[in-house]
Amino acid sequence: MPFEQLLVEGLAMGACYGLFGLAVVIIYKTSEVINFGAGEMAMFSTFIVFHLLTFYNCPFWLALLSAIIFAAVLGVLVQYIFLRPAKNPTLLSLIVITLGVEMLLMGFASWKWGAEQQEFSLPISYMITYEPIEGFIISQWALAVFIIAAIVVAFLYFFFNHTNLGTAMRATQQNKHAAKIMGINTDRVFAFSWAFSSVIGLIAAVLLTAKTILDPQFMLEPFLKAFAAAVLGGLMSIPGVLIGGAIMGLLENFFGYAWPVWKPITAFLVIVLMLCVRPSGLFAKHWVKKV
Amino acid sequence: MDMKRAYYEDIELFKSGTILFWTIVLLVALFTLPLISSNYYLYLFNLIMVHVILAVGLNILVGSTGQISLGHAGFFAIGAYATVLLMTKLSIPFFPALILAAFIAAFFGFILGLPALRLEGPYLTIATLAFGLAIMHIIGHTEIFGGRSGLRAPELNIGIPQFGWNFSLTTDLSKYYLILIITIGMVLAAINILKTKVGRAFVAIRDSDIAAEVIGINLTIYKTLSFAVSAFYAGIAGGLFAFVLGFFDPVTFNMFLSIYFLVMIVVGGLGSIMGSITGAAFITYLMYALFKNIRDVPYLGEFLVNISQRWLSITGMDNLSAIALGLVMIGIMIFEPMGFFGVWIRIKKYWKTWPF
Repeated sequence: MPFEQLLVEGLAMGACYGLFGLAVVIIYKTSEVINFGAGEMAMFSTFIVFHLLTFYNCPFWLALLSAIIFAAVLGVLVQYIFLRPAKNPTLLSLIVITLGVEMLLMGFASWKWGAEQQEFSLPISYMITYEPIEGFIISQWALAVFIIAAIVVAFLYFFFNHTNLGTAMRATQQNKHAAKIMGINTDRVFAFSWAFSSVIGLIAAVLLTAKTILDPQFMLEPFLKAFAAAVLGGLMSIPGVLIGGAIMGLLENFFGYAWPVWKPITAFLVIVLMLCVRPSGLFAKHWVKKV
Repeated sequence: MDMKRAYYEDIELFKSGTILFWTIVLLVALFTLPLISSNYYLYLFNLIMVHVILAVGLNILVGSTGQISLGHAGFFAIGAYATVLLMTKLSIPFFPALILAAFIAAFFGFILGLPALRLEGPYLTIATLAFGLAIMHIIGHTEIFGGRSGLRAPELNIGIPQFGWNFSLTTDLSKYYLILIITIGMVLAAINILKTKVGRAFVAIRDSDIAAEVIGINLTIYKTLSFAVSAFYAGIAGGLFAFVLGFFDPVTFNMFLSIYFLVMIVVGGLGSIMGSITGAAFITYLMYALFKNIRDVPYLGEFLVNISQRWLSITGMDNLSAIALGLVMIGIMIFEPMGFFGVWIRIKKYWKTWPF
């Protein structure tokens, strides 16, 4: 494979990880919860698209739209039912709760759709390629990923900087109690951030299905890579997670080309080494712990 | 609740005659249990005890030192593979092989402890997760570890074949006694570790690592030591697990196993030895016995089969265990974050102060 194509495909994969990492970061930014169930929430919503497409013969846009609504409701429900009742949760109990959500959703998905792989056809394919510049080949899938990622990021930028809800989310992240005093309904802000995260996760997962198979475990590794990308970016900054995702995708693609057998772990090892050098991620401001 | 008047009272093994009495009852029950139970239950008890060893070790790390690990399936795998390979490839007798394997696991624990010096919270979680996955992939892609097709454990010979002493344990019954004795030893060791200087250093690190450093605890030594001790327990458990199962492949040690381990100690109660034991027993029973045979449960089994046929799929019914585990995890965190140990403390407190 030529260098340019590895680069483009790696960046496209990285954009998917970055998008999915955004789903992790949005929740972490508002409520300081690492959502280990993000992958399975996205997987479940993707299965809704699949179900509507195969069993009800919906057009793709309708299926996607219904799944987006479903994903938003799922995000709100998970926050409302599972996270809100926990009193003064520690970091470990939050991790355990979100891992519980993961097991729950994975169990339900395998119960409903079985553990076997499903046929799922996106309207975009990575087999169709364009060659806008001589020698520079870009697939339809990569093009779609770049466009969608750009739209989502532009939307998020606008949302966080120029809307009331976005400002409220940033305020909640900075100081929950002060935000409450200012009249922000922080519970509702959390619910919204979960809905946003769930929808972005769904979009990333649908884009990823073009490259992988669809089964109840298909989001496990992408989730871990997206999480690693988010950690690399410092878990707090939105540009950081996108750059982290790009690094992740490129590393994975180039290492995968050089040593296909070790593709799944090389990127991880690099991340762990990087974390040892800079524990708070590449882009977070240096963080000092209060005693 | 109980006031302690002397240092000795804090370090003694049995705090009162009642505890001594019930411990003896429990031990007698455990030793006579095989006489009345069937072979299948012996297999289940063996699994439970292996998980008890692991949970006790993990609780030293998570409950007492406060470092979260989602990579213990990796140490478990190292223990299992190292024991079996040392026995088959280098023909080392069982006990030295088991201990050597546990030390190999402890060495890896020490290695993983090094990044833990600088990472905490979510960053440490991703590092340990990556470690577990890396171990699984390395084992799955290396010829000497049997690759994806897995390994078969040899005959469990606890003698020294080189000198002609052969004690082959072939039945689940004989393995039961071997594992029971090792488990009791490991649990006793854990109880005692927590009562020494080292154990108190661990607890101090959990409560505040900066404060611990200020009062003179060397964080580098004690954090890596905690990882190493915990990995040592996982290595011993893994070595025994290999012989309980008889056959294992890299998929046996996937990420979910690490989650189950974490759930065991969380359900049992963080930082409590009794909690780890009950949690390990409860979760193992749930995963390996109750939900494997949910179809045979009266009424509930039929009801679930009916639901599966009508709306869901009958082939996916085994995943009920994942659903149940998820509900247990969330429920315990919402209603009783201290787990079974917290429930026990509350019951005890209620009766001690009864009329008030």
